[in-house]
Amino acid sequence: MELLERFAAGDEEAFESLFRQYQRDVYIWVMRVVRNRAAAEDLTIETFWRAYRAHARFDAKRGRCAGWLRRIATNAALDYLRSAKRELPLEDGVAEAGKSERPAELAELQRKIVTAINQLSPKLRVVAILALIEEEPYAEIAEALGISVNAVKVRVFRGVRVLRKELEKAGIRP
Amino acid sequence: MSEGEVHEMKRLLQSAVRPAGETELSRDLWPTMVSRMSRQEVKVPWWDWVLLAGASLALWLFPALVPALLYHL
Repeated sequence: MELLERFAAGDEEAFESLFRQYQRDVYIWVMRVVRNRAAAEDLTIETFWRAYRAHARFDAKRGRCAGWLRRIATNAALDYLRSAKRELPLEDGVAEAGKSERPAELAELQRKIVTAINQLSPKLRVVAILALIEEEPYAEIAEALGISVNAVKVRVFRGVRVLRKELEKAGIRP
Repeated sequence: MSEGEVHEMKRLLQSAVRPAGETELSRDLWPTMVSRMSRQEVKVPWWDWVLLAGASLALWLFPALVPALLYHL
């Protein structure tokens, strides 16, 4: 029996093989969204835990295990961002900019941009991060969120509009 | 809103937040996964709690049901 079929039938060895095969991909994807190593590790475990419990719903004949896992991972990351209003962590470079030779104004500008991103709802923030920062193709974002490419475009435009408003409030003209 | 404005926003955001790109996983997560799987919590459906509460209430209100119940067990 194929690996995916064995997994769908509840075989734990098949699950371990899939885990080892896809843990890196899931981690990298989640890391792009939450940008925190510890949280990304926890969410990778959470993703596979959800997949493990839902093995019976996995359609082995359609294959696409990576896509299925990526969708679960995106939902888990969204739940994480929704819980207790998680904020995008400041980049190391931003946090240290004031201490180094980098001008304080630059650090301040970066801080304002991160604050503006944090004003986005989790739904818009995920799309904004993936589309605008990570430059993921719209089709991949759409698949991960289980929405159409047009819906992704709408969210990107909406996100950009909110960001412009927030940045203008902070005195930045994009 | 034009694609140009989206592109401009991309440039601005990337100046503040570096793309995470391919941030590598620093350890194998399988051992953590195994411990997560081994502490599966037993979930009792809410309906079972309702049934238990109903049965307890019935026995408390009508203690005469206890011998009848024991007889039928």
